[in-house]
Amino acid sequence: MTAIDVKQPELPAANANRSPVTEVLISLSRSGSFLTGLVILLFWIVCALFGEHFTPYDPLADDIINALMPPSADNWFGTDQLGRDVFSRVIVGSRDILTVAPLATLLATVAGTTLGLFTGYFRGLVDDIISRILEAFMAIPVVIVALLAIVALGTSKSTVIIVIGLSFAPIIARTVRSAVLSERELDYVAAAQLRRESALHTMFVEILPNVIPPILVETTVRLGYAIFAVATLSFMGFGIQPPSPDWGLSISSNYGMIGGGFWWTVLFDALAIASLVIGVNLVADGVQGALND
Amino acid sequence: MPGNVGRAILGPLADQRAVDVLNHSLGLDRPLLVQYWDWISHFVQGDMGTSYIFRAPVAPFVIDALGNSMKLALVAFVMVVPLGILGGIIAALNVNRPIDRIISLGGLSATVLPEFVTGIIFILIFGVWLNWLPIAAVWPEGAGFFTQIYYLILPALPLFLVLFGYIARMARSGMIEALDADYTRTAVLKGLPWRTVIWRHVLRNALLPTITVIATQTGYLIGGLVVVETLFRYQGIGSLIFTAARGKDFPILEAGILTIGIVYSVATLVADLLYSVLNPRIRLGTDQ
Repeated sequence: MTAIDVKQPELPAANANRSPVTEVLISLSRSGSFLTGLVILLFWIVCALFGEHFTPYDPLADDIINALMPPSADNWFGTDQLGRDVFSRVIVGSRDILTVAPLATLLATVAGTTLGLFTGYFRGLVDDIISRILEAFMAIPVVIVALLAIVALGTSKSTVIIVIGLSFAPIIARTVRSAVLSERELDYVAAAQLRRESALHTMFVEILPNVIPPILVETTVRLGYAIFAVATLSFMGFGIQPPSPDWGLSISSNYGMIGGGFWWTVLFDALAIASLVIGVNLVADGVQGALND
Repeated sequence: MPGNVGRAILGPLADQRAVDVLNHSLGLDRPLLVQYWDWISHFVQGDMGTSYIFRAPVAPFVIDALGNSMKLALVAFVMVVPLGILGGIIAALNVNRPIDRIISLGGLSATVLPEFVTGIIFILIFGVWLNWLPIAAVWPEGAGFFTQIYYLILPALPLFLVLFGYIARMARSGMIEALDADYTRTAVLKGLPWRTVIWRHVLRNALLPTITVIATQTGYLIGGLVVVETLFRYQGIGSLIFTAARGKDFPILEAGILTIGIVYSVATLVADLLYSVLNPRIRLGTDQ
């Protein structure tokens, strides 16, 4: 009993010594939605990286004689119209979307953070001009922008990364700008200015580290939307191209036969996309909760 | 001009001379500015030009497609606006109880799923397994009003799911704020029945932000239509633009995008006007 009495007063002291990063990590490890999302996300990352080593069949191998076979002991999720094993394809199908979506999000974060720092720090005319242009961009749906960009630039993964990255940058810029607007009134910014630090130094070395939390939240939320957008664009036939086992692409090449009752050729891909999107959003939800405490 | 139109129409095996002749007859070998001036000066007079692929005036295609899209959007809105608001109200009246959690979490997860994913799952459930609804929004020639709606229920469902979350969330937070306001406490304290308090005092204030959200979703809806119309083979403005983009049919693409821009601006304007009609506090242009 005495052991408990001795230990309890120590706890607040231990808390006070924790760094803010540790605090956030502890709060994340207690968040049920974050952990659930993380497990789903890690599962698909492992599939993307090592999937080809444990799939029962080659995801790209045709076997026309066994085309469109329903799920069985041999092919757990059945086979598609070329006789390829749907289970193997679903497992490996996370690779392209998990490359394109994070890269697009990274581009959006870098571009958006830079724009947000400039508009928030300088305000005035710079802010007015850039902000109006960004607002105009935000009014156009991503799918339409992508459609036009693909007509102009041709279909490729890098086009998709650029289109989604640049479409999401204004949204991140807006978040960063409002965070910077309140930071720049603080004393440490005034001190940096009195030291005659350059504007670039003040923005990127002084202010940036202090606006990391909202950027982190916005980035995880955007990753969810980026996966939404990449999946939609590959379903529309833009970006990721055959014979990639990508989920959206598989659905678009198989849903024409859905009336014939070949449900297994699309259902598992649809559920895979749904699980990944929900997983990332659970992670985003957890990050938001931990950083806003 | 990105992409070679003659090549896109005639295919990769066609003779280069044939491609050049076609490009010349379509006027595509002229300088870009000349082509643009030609197009825009005709457009403002109501002439949208001639489709490269269909070899017919663009206007009837765009007008038909816009009409079809509006039917689909209308079916989706008629389903989602009352149900979304109702969901938000029920959630707000039961804050933090299980029913609130179900509506909020369910709405949120439905909002983040791509339309073609929920569309495929709905097609499988209602179209293939239960066989209740047609899986393509292509109704027989001369179908009546109710038959058309019957064909549009399934395509409207994915749009419904995405919009439901947004509308319910706005209605919920608006309701919570209004329920907490001083005027609501006053109304309760002066002995008004709970029903009157909700209808007369809470709802009127709570639903204002929701109207703005509904209007701003027009932009989303246009992007969603491209996907849903392709999935359900529906001849709307979204699938028209999609087909035109793939076939490099620039007159249809330009007219379609411009039409969408006009629809979007009109929807935003109507929402602003509606907002000021419903909210006398911000009525513009009147002196105090």
